[in-house]
Amino acid sequence: MRWRNAALPLLIFAALALAPFVGFGQGHSLTLLARAMIFGMAAISLSLLVGGAGLVSLGHAALLGVGAYAVVVLDHARVTEALVVMPVAIGVAALFALLTGAVAIRTSGVHFIMITLAFGQMAFFTASSLAIFGGDDGYTLYGRLELGGSRLLENRLFFHFACLALLAGTWLLVEALLRSRFGRVLRAARENETRARAVGFAPYPFRLAAYVIAGAIAGLAGVMLANSAEFVAPAYLTWQRSGDLLFMVILGGLAGPHGALMGALAFVLIEEWLSHLTEHWRLIFGPLLILCVFFMRDGIAGLLRRG
Amino acid sequence: MAESLLELRSLRKSFGGLAVTRDVSLSLSTGEIHALIGPNGAGKTTLVHQVSGTLRPDSGQVRFEGEDVTRLGLAARARRGLARSFQITCIIPGFSALENVALAVQARAGSSFRFFRPAGREAALNGEAMEALREVGLHGRADLPAGALSHGEKRQLELAIALAMRPRALLLDEPLAGTGPEEAERLIRILSALKPRYGILLIEHDMPAVFALADRISVLAEGRVIASGIPAEIRADAAVRAAYLGEEEG
Repeated sequence: MRWRNAALPLLIFAALALAPFVGFGQGHSLTLLARAMIFGMAAISLSLLVGGAGLVSLGHAALLGVGAYAVVVLDHARVTEALVVMPVAIGVAALFALLTGAVAIRTSGVHFIMITLAFGQMAFFTASSLAIFGGDDGYTLYGRLELGGSRLLENRLFFHFACLALLAGTWLLVEALLRSRFGRVLRAARENETRARAVGFAPYPFRLAAYVIAGAIAGLAGVMLANSAEFVAPAYLTWQRSGDLLFMVILGGLAGPHGALMGALAFVLIEEWLSHLTEHWRLIFGPLLILCVFFMRDGIAGLLRRG
Repeated sequence: MAESLLELRSLRKSFGGLAVTRDVSLSLSTGEIHALIGPNGAGKTTLVHQVSGTLRPDSGQVRFEGEDVTRLGLAARARRGLARSFQITCIIPGFSALENVALAVQARAGSSFRFFRPAGREAALNGEAMEALREVGLHGRADLPAGALSHGEKRQLELAIALAMRPRALLLDEPLAGTGPEEAERLIRILSALKPRYGILLIEHDMPAVFALADRISVLAEGRVIASGIPAEIRADAAVRAAYLGEEEG
């Protein structure tokens, strides 16, 4: 059902657009929603790899972290113009993805997972050892980025809609990519690599391109994450965070970017809700996720399709 | 002497101590069906893998249209016009029959690094794909998921994919495997209709089909070509009868 794949995200975007005006306008709610939307972007970019290209990466948080640390480095150098910082952060994350992907994509399956994990850990330890940027303690930004010289991003409502626009843009982009010629080759090589090769497609350059695109999007999400919290720490790059992202994608369903979108929102909101209920929320969250995998094979998206 | 479309020169391949391909030389011309038969374990599939580029021979050469393609992989040989089908059906089950074929059209119709336009709506790709489906009689099933097709239809689909690549040579690995008598008959009709335009290297177990279709037959036993000639010669060859035909008919 193609229209449902579009209808659900549009409904979600509409709800997110209305949220600030129907009782979620306070600082805390908006911060939470921004966080959910930013992880939504990152999860959608990861879904291009996992669901689209069949590349299960356990190092996606590193790309997010590279984007966030690009903000830190530029902030330290007093460069805070979004029109400069964003392209630089996206470029650096894409470059990191290109260099690590060029190696990782030569492998597949478990080896791919281990190599992305290894690169992710390298990035994590590098961030931890950067004493001038706070090392383990992290780095507090002087402030949010300026947009064309104005302090617009400091405005909570503007920041909310900036995140929403980027989230919707990411969804549109990945949807389009997967339907394009490029995406068709990716999907073909995921489902049956021998078939793709037999008609003349060597999957490597397509997979690498997808990895770089996903890296660029994750880098942008990293910029927004840094600005949302006005703080960046190596914790952004941990493999647990990569695992969370992977979980969002699987929780939502692998059928398309709309799955990752729903998975990310559900993950962040449930996590928040549980952490208010009890201090030991992880004891509930873990088994809950396991149950989700057992009983919703096609994720939230699959559940809604059947319903 | 003009070189054949496809030529194998003294191919050798061993796995560990086991020689699976022993000094195999074969040729294939356009407009010809050259059948390769032999008992199970004769090394047919290993040979096909070397011809298609899935396996690299230890020594010897694969020449296609006068060029040495021994070092090229499956994808590169496919792009040059050497298409293969598989013994075990190799399609993309989640794609529609049409999209399976459109993927093959796309492989030679311009760049596939196009990121925005929906490929499913490209009329040129779909038109050609539909034509290939019609050629194998599968156009009525174009929109079905390929995984939902019957076994015989999947064999037809695989043939349509190969045709959509507009190859010069077709390498068909047991195209009739597992098909019923009616489906087999249909495929045999399709193959003989295709013959004038391609060179076809046919690996097949179905002896009546082989003798009906082939212009030349080579017999592989224990990795070696033990006989090669027109069907009548092969039928009369004592060594072949001993190695293969006798036990098949018995």
